[in-house]
Amino acid sequence: MLTKRIIACLDVDGGRVVKGVQFLNLRDAGDPAELAAAHSRAGADEIVLLDISATSEKRKTLLDTVRRTARELFIPFTVGGGVRSLDDASAVFDAGADKVSINSAALSEPSLISCIAERFGSQAVIVAIDAKRNTDGSYEAYARGGRTPTGRDAVGWAREAEGRGAGEILLTSMDRDGTGKGFDCELTCAISDVVRIPVIASGGAGSAKHFAEVFQQGHADAALAASILHYGMTELADLKRELAAAGIPVRWPC
Amino acid sequence: MIAIVDCGAGNLTSVRKALDWLGQRALITSDPQQVANASKVIVPGVGHFAATKTLESKGLKHAIEGAISGGTPFLGICLGMQWMFASSTEAPDVSGLGIFAGECEHFPAEVKSPHVGWNQLHLANVSRLLRDIPDQSFVYFTHSYRVPKIKGTVATCDYGGTFSAAVEREHLFGVQFHPEKSGAVGLRLLRNFCEMTC
Repeated sequence: MLTKRIIACLDVDGGRVVKGVQFLNLRDAGDPAELAAAHSRAGADEIVLLDISATSEKRKTLLDTVRRTARELFIPFTVGGGVRSLDDASAVFDAGADKVSINSAALSEPSLISCIAERFGSQAVIVAIDAKRNTDGSYEAYARGGRTPTGRDAVGWAREAEGRGAGEILLTSMDRDGTGKGFDCELTCAISDVVRIPVIASGGAGSAKHFAEVFQQGHADAALAASILHYGMTELADLKRELAAAGIPVRWPC
Repeated sequence: MIAIVDCGAGNLTSVRKALDWLGQRALITSDPQQVANASKVIVPGVGHFAATKTLESKGLKHAIEGAISGGTPFLGICLGMQWMFASSTEAPDVSGLGIFAGECEHFPAEVKSPHVGWNQLHLANVSRLLRDIPDQSFVYFTHSYRVPKIKGTVATCDYGGTFSAAVEREHLFGVQFHPEKSGAVGLRLLRNFCEMTC
C-alpha cells in the first residue's frame, strides 16, 4: 500500500539549519548534511532543504550545502528557496537535488513551472504555496516568504500550478507555522480534494496526533516536520510507530 | 566501468552518487562506443516515453542492443524499465527495446497520478537482482505509467491494481521504482547488480 510520507524539513540560512516561529525568531539547529543523514537514518521518507537566505552572498553557500547534503543521502531530496529560473533549478539538480520547490518565482512567472517540468519532468517540480486564512474564510497565497499578499486564492492557484505541470504541492499554513498547534486540516483538505497530484501539508506539527489528523481529515499525501524533529521533541521512529498504531500506512520499519 | 546512459531525461547524478558510494566505477555517457565497451549498462530516466527517441537518434539504442546480445548485464530504471517493453500508450509511435512483451499504460482514473512515494514490493519469483531483499520491502516510486504483470515479473506493487515493480530475464533487469532513492533496500539492489558477472 502506498504510504503517507513524513518529510523532514531543514530551513537553512548561510549553510546552517535554522527554524523560526511564524517566519521570525530564528534559532540555530545544526549542520544540514548531518541533520539530513540523521533524519534519513531515523526513518524520514524524504528531506526538504529550504534556503531562507536573503543575500546573494549567502546564496552561493547553498549549492555547496546541497552538494554536501546530497552526497550520502539515498532518499528523495528537495531543494527550495530562491529558485527563480530554469538555470537556478538546473544548478540545484546538478548539485544533487531530485526535486526543486518554487514559490514566489512561480507566482510572478507561472510559466516557470512548465519550463522546469518540460526539462526535468513534473516529478521534479514542487510548487510551494504559503497560504493565510482571510476573514471571509478563504485562503490567500503569499509571496516572498510570507511577506507579500498576492490577492490570489490559494485553492485556485494550486489548480493552476497542477495544470502547468507541477508534480506536487507543498502547502504551508502561515497561521499555524511554528505554533505546534496542529496542521490546518481544512486548508489541506480544500486543496487536496481538488487536485490530482500529491499534497504535502506543512505548518503546525506539534504531536503525532496532528500528523494522523492531517492524513485522515486533511487528506494529505505527505506531511512536513521541522522544529518538532530538530529539538528532539519527537523522534521520527516514535512518530511513525504511533501513526502505524493509528492505522495509517507508513514506511515502518524501514 | 559501468555506463550510465544519458537519454536526456532524469536524474543521472543520483544514480552515479549511489554507485560511487558502493565503490563502483561509473560513467555518465551518451557515447555509443563507451556503452559498447562497458562492463554493465544502466538506463535511468524519468519523464516522457518519447524521450527514449533520443537513444535511437544518437545510436545508443543500437549500441545497447549490441551490448545486451553480447551478454552485458543491463538495468533499466523507471522510464528505462518501461523502455525494455515493446511500447507505451504515452507515445504510441515510439518503440521500446521489446525485451519484454507488453505495453506500458497510464494508471486508471480512480487513483491519484503520478504514483509518488514509498510502496511495498511483493516478491513474485526467484530473482538475482532482489537477492536478500525481504518481501514487503518499501521502495520509492514516482511515475504515471506502469507495465502489467508478465512472465518475467519478479516483484509486483499494488496501486490502482497490480503492476510490475521489477522484471528480470537472464542478465536483463528492470525496476519501476528508484533504487538510488530507496535507502538501504535500493543500495542492496544496486550492489546485487554491480556484483553480477554475467
